[in-house]
Amino acid sequence: MADTGLLEALLRLLEKVDGGIDSQDVAADLGVDHQLIVGAVKSLQALGEVISAEQKSSKRWELTGEGREIAEQGSHEARVFNAIPDEGLPQNELMKMPSGKVGFSKAMSNKWIRLDKAHEGGPRVFKTVETIEDTVRDKLQLVQKGLSAKLEDKEKNELKKRKLLSEVTVKSYWITKGSSFSTTITKQETELTPEMIASGSWKEKKFKPYNFEAMGVAPDCGHLHPLMKVRTQFRQIFLEMGFTEMPTNNFIESSFWNFDSLFQPQQHPARDQHDTFFISDPALAHEFPQDYLERVKQVHSEGGYGSQGYKYDWKIEEAQKNLLRTHTTAVSARMLYKLAQQEKFTPVKYFSIDRVFRNETLDATHLAEFHQIEGVVADYGLTLGNLMGILHQFFTKLGITKLRFKPAYNPYTEPSMEVFSYHEGLKKWVEVGNSGVFRPEMLLPMGLPEGVSVIAWGLSLERPTMIKYGINNIRELVGHKVNLQMVYDSPICRLDS
Amino acid sequence: MPTVSVKRDLLFEALGQKYTDEEFDELCFEFGLELDEITSEKEILIREQGDEKAEGASDVVLYKIDVPANRYDLLCLEGLVRGLQVFKEKLEAPRYKRVSPADGGEPQRLVITEETASVRPHAVAAVLRNITFTQERYESFIELQEKLHQNICRKRTLVAIGTHDLDTISGPFTYTAKPPGEIRFKPLNQSKEYTATELMSLYKTDSHLRHYLHIIENEPLYPIIYDSNGIVLSMPPIINGDHSKISLNTKNIFIECTATDLTKAKTTLDMVVTMFSEYCEEPFTVEGAEVVYPDGRLCVYPELAYRTETLSGDFINKRVGINESAESIAQLLTRMCLRSEVSGEGDLIQVEIPPTRADVIHACDIMEDAAIAYGFNNIVRSTPRTYTIANQLPLNKLTELLRQDLAAAGFTEALTFALCSEEDIADKLRKNIAETRAVHISNPKTTEFQVARTCLLPGLLKTLAANRKMPLPLKLFEISDVVLKDETKDIGARNNRRLCAVYYNKSPGFEVIHGLLDRVMQLLDVKPGRNQGYHIQAAEDSTFFPGRCAEIFSCGKSIGHLGVLHPDVISRFELTMPCSAIDIDIEPFL
Repeated sequence: MADTGLLEALLRLLEKVDGGIDSQDVAADLGVDHQLIVGAVKSLQALGEVISAEQKSSKRWELTGEGREIAEQGSHEARVFNAIPDEGLPQNELMKMPSGKVGFSKAMSNKWIRLDKAHEGGPRVFKTVETIEDTVRDKLQLVQKGLSAKLEDKEKNELKKRKLLSEVTVKSYWITKGSSFSTTITKQETELTPEMIASGSWKEKKFKPYNFEAMGVAPDCGHLHPLMKVRTQFRQIFLEMGFTEMPTNNFIESSFWNFDSLFQPQQHPARDQHDTFFISDPALAHEFPQDYLERVKQVHSEGGYGSQGYKYDWKIEEAQKNLLRTHTTAVSARMLYKLAQQEKFTPVKYFSIDRVFRNETLDATHLAEFHQIEGVVADYGLTLGNLMGILHQFFTKLGITKLRFKPAYNPYTEPSMEVFSYHEGLKKWVEVGNSGVFRPEMLLPMGLPEGVSVIAWGLSLERPTMIKYGINNIRELVGHKVNLQMVYDSPICRLDS
Repeated sequence: MPTVSVKRDLLFEALGQKYTDEEFDELCFEFGLELDEITSEKEILIREQGDEKAEGASDVVLYKIDVPANRYDLLCLEGLVRGLQVFKEKLEAPRYKRVSPADGGEPQRLVITEETASVRPHAVAAVLRNITFTQERYESFIELQEKLHQNICRKRTLVAIGTHDLDTISGPFTYTAKPPGEIRFKPLNQSKEYTATELMSLYKTDSHLRHYLHIIENEPLYPIIYDSNGIVLSMPPIINGDHSKISLNTKNIFIECTATDLTKAKTTLDMVVTMFSEYCEEPFTVEGAEVVYPDGRLCVYPELAYRTETLSGDFINKRVGINESAESIAQLLTRMCLRSEVSGEGDLIQVEIPPTRADVIHACDIMEDAAIAYGFNNIVRSTPRTYTIANQLPLNKLTELLRQDLAAAGFTEALTFALCSEEDIADKLRKNIAETRAVHISNPKTTEFQVARTCLLPGLLKTLAANRKMPLPLKLFEISDVVLKDETKDIGARNNRRLCAVYYNKSPGFEVIHGLLDRVMQLLDVKPGRNQGYHIQAAEDSTFFPGRCAEIFSCGKSIGHLGVLHPDVISRFELTMPCSAIDIDIEPFL
């Protein structure tokens, strides 16, 4: 804070004028350095609406050091002229003067003096006129008085060339009275304090204004992971639709439940080492519902339940092989088998969102593990139209209303449909999920009643999350290479907006 | 999903109609195909090998079409065109017929000897008579065999196809198996004879054939087919003989398929002959061949079996959710190459399944075809009236609630991989892998996938390491499953839901992690105390700094540990600051 005396002096000056006042003039008036006045202006601004000040810049001519010397002592040529007595002066003596060299040639060209080279005792300089007019000094004195406007540009440039004048840019303030102008200074408070509240002194105080342009201080808090936020929303959607959550907390599964029970033949490429992670320890599953296993074996190798079967030699050894489940449908199979063991069939709607594993080549959008979202409905008389209807409702909750369906192939569903939605940004149809009606060869050996249909659909959790949060590389989202700043900064998840 | 590459103009010529790319894409979508890419040989070469190699390559437009994995009848131009033409009702599906040799001749015969039993016991065969190849047809014929090999034949493990110029060989043929040293012949496109042993080492470096060597490599006997003069037709599933190779001028083709799966062999043979019998003098006829088994049984192939299924219009309507007359459903099915008629009794429909549609094994497959022909997107979408009450899985419900409150307690959620290296869960944590109860993966492509994690800590420490540039302190948590071996489970392992949190800062912050435990217990409504409550007790654990570790007990049962991590653990995870951690089992709180 600048000295209060100076502040009040400035305010008194300002009080006297009608419009405003330039800080340069204030400095001149008060006889202080301009920088002090600038400081005073800033202090006054911080007090609120006492004054208002607008910064302006102007150009001004100023004397250089040499220019000031000339304004004081006369130009070099005048000084030379004045140093010469009537009887003249030897040139070598004249040259010893500080202004000698420059002054001599200027005075010569002004024809104020002459040089007698042939003079006895060496060259000698004589005045040629009685009096002179030192116009350079006069002009500089004008500038010094702030009257540079009286000079013509040509003259100023001439002096500038002689390095006697320079043009400088001056920053100053145009100061006017503020809405709460006063010539006395009241100190502003920064914050309301308990004491002020208790004493009521806040009523008299002035408070320093806040800077509403600045960012606030980030709250000290924890954050949920974006993929998990999206998972929560999908869970919510299923719950809103009346779906019950399946127990998918078993990453390790037998080939039997992962493939055979789904009527996926033992030579299917998905059962290849290149696509699936098999387990070396514990390598084999050792317990199966025996009669069900026999029915599965039969439907694969011989057919039955209206099916031709695959007609191959089904081996228990293949079914026993443990693996990391390749889809949560393995759990759906367990759940449907369990449902079939009920005394009386009751309709169910199931869902799950959990990890699945593929021994695949990894890239920017594929990892060896990802989350599968799955929905399953089992009831009498469900149709393909029902599947499309429920998919329509599900996707509407995600904010996707334009759907169409493409015939597809999947070993355990028939019909199978790929779900496409129209992407407004890309202006094309993009695949958003897979769906189908479970095959009778899967359901009937479980013991589900003949008329019961089971419709199901699935999609990955990662893809909609990457789209939602604008993430291109899946590793920035899932796994330890996550960018925590991204986690900190990610907004809440509302899938339908 | 197999991709079939066809020349666009050739395709349109065969379809008798020109389409724009968009129109053709639309037709594919409706039929269940996908126009995956529009390209040319030149473009492919430029992409794969650079501009130079592509010089002079053809820029004829190619359509790459994705075909459903069970539709072997659409794996070549001929099949695709036939399928689409029938679908568009521009063509009636042909009837494929097995015929006897003309002028009463003897059928070709393939005799299987018992030596094949141990290596590749099945074989089927057929003859295409008086075929006319063009360059395109010939290429398509070769390409189809390749597609079949890759798909139904499972990279030749289940079935291998050999095609031969019948006029260069003479039957009866013998399919036998011999020690590789005793097999000697000139293989396809080679200039001299090799023994089978030599061939196996020759093909070790062949970019194509080396993938099939493993199928017989370690067998004592290799499969081999001879003609009556001892000429080698083929050594399945590796290579054919050069002598009988087919060319553009071949008129009569002998086709053999050897297999470990007879059903697939029959289907494969049916596919080859149905797709190309179109070019025979008498189109869609195939000359049968006899196969004699070691036990004397004689079978004639190809089977070209037609099967009739009877189902009701009502069944289709009810499953699809439409309301069509039996006649109209029969018409829909006929468009899918399933020739159908209403049988006259009620709304029963007789559906004939041709040999090309091996994928149709159940009424539900027929139902799907009716739905496709009707148009999936013409079916009225309706909501099922299934009434159910939703339930959350209690474990997930608890997890969701805890996650919210851990974030509210200032910790940030991490999401780490369930698979990791042995080192992550053992060495780096100063543990012995044998004591971890870890589930091991037999076929990991990299060390990142050796085991399923047995604890969440390594994932969190790796997350810290990847985010070391972030301002301190770093406070992370994860509630997720680990996997442990468990003899009592049918598959010998089980998941365990755990909560793990770490505090990483310039000072260890044991009190911070301890405070988090107190908060978690408060949330779980467990009071401090020895018996019914929770308490911690000094413990030794090699992962933690000596004297800075405690075991956590709840209701008298150990549920986990907390403490300051051992400096070696910190440096092994490439961290530099002290770190404290907590790891507990949350399943006891269900």
